[in-house]
Amino acid sequence: MLIAKLCGGRASSISQLTVGSRLTRQAITKHLRVLESAGLVRSVRAGRESLFRFDPEAIRETRDYLQFISEQWDEALARLKAFVED
Amino acid sequence: MSDRIEKRIELKAPVSRVWRALTDYREFGEWFLVKLEGPFVPGQITRGRITYPGYEHVKWEALVEKMEPERLFSFTWAHPKSLDKAHYSEDYSGLPTTLVEFRLEKTAGGTLLRLTESGFDKFPADQREEFSRRNDGGWTEQMKNIERYVTKNP
Repeated sequence: MLIAKLCGGRASSISQLTVGSRLTRQAITKHLRVLESAGLVRSVRAGRESLFRFDPEAIRETRDYLQFISEQWDEALARLKAFVED
Repeated sequence: MSDRIEKRIELKAPVSRVWRALTDYREFGEWFLVKLEGPFVPGQITRGRITYPGYEHVKWEALVEKMEPERLFSFTWAHPKSLDKAHYSEDYSGLPTTLVEFRLEKTAGGTLLRLTESGFDKFPADQREEFSRRNDGGWTEQMKNIERYVTKNP
């Protein structure tokens, strides 16, 4: 839900993200900090507020890293198969 | 976004054979391509060095979790930020770890092996940069090339 709002592409302030949400400003701030520490959201200070923006690179990087590990396992398991079936 | 990898593979070998290949440290090393220093023992760390061509500088280190004979073998290990020789560091302290679980089931054809690696949700963004497909060098292609070479030149 928060990600969906941020996916609009425009950087948003916490105030803007609170509009229309059932969550308190405090809850949204906490949520944003978690997303920020995971690298999914980036923030930049603009005046008195921070603006938050979704970072698609992080999603792509996680997917690529998982893809890389997944492929390593495919290869390792193929070697295991050859090893036990000989 | 997934936090885990799941694999299933049917092996035409008895469960006891597969169990040995997984949990005997010398046999494990033969197919995983790592030279381990000693046996797997629950609660203890096993160390070694990768023997996969091009990655001989990489330290292998895992904390063994469970060894339920012929059913479950699991361990946790850290993911170094970089495997590239120029940037690789042997210091794994503070790095995120994942849990690797091998589950074995007897089947009519032999053994069903299920592998799960979980815990990727804990990884920070910059951990993953090097492995992005946008990188020149094409990690996956390199690995495939090495695999082809190793297969042709055992």
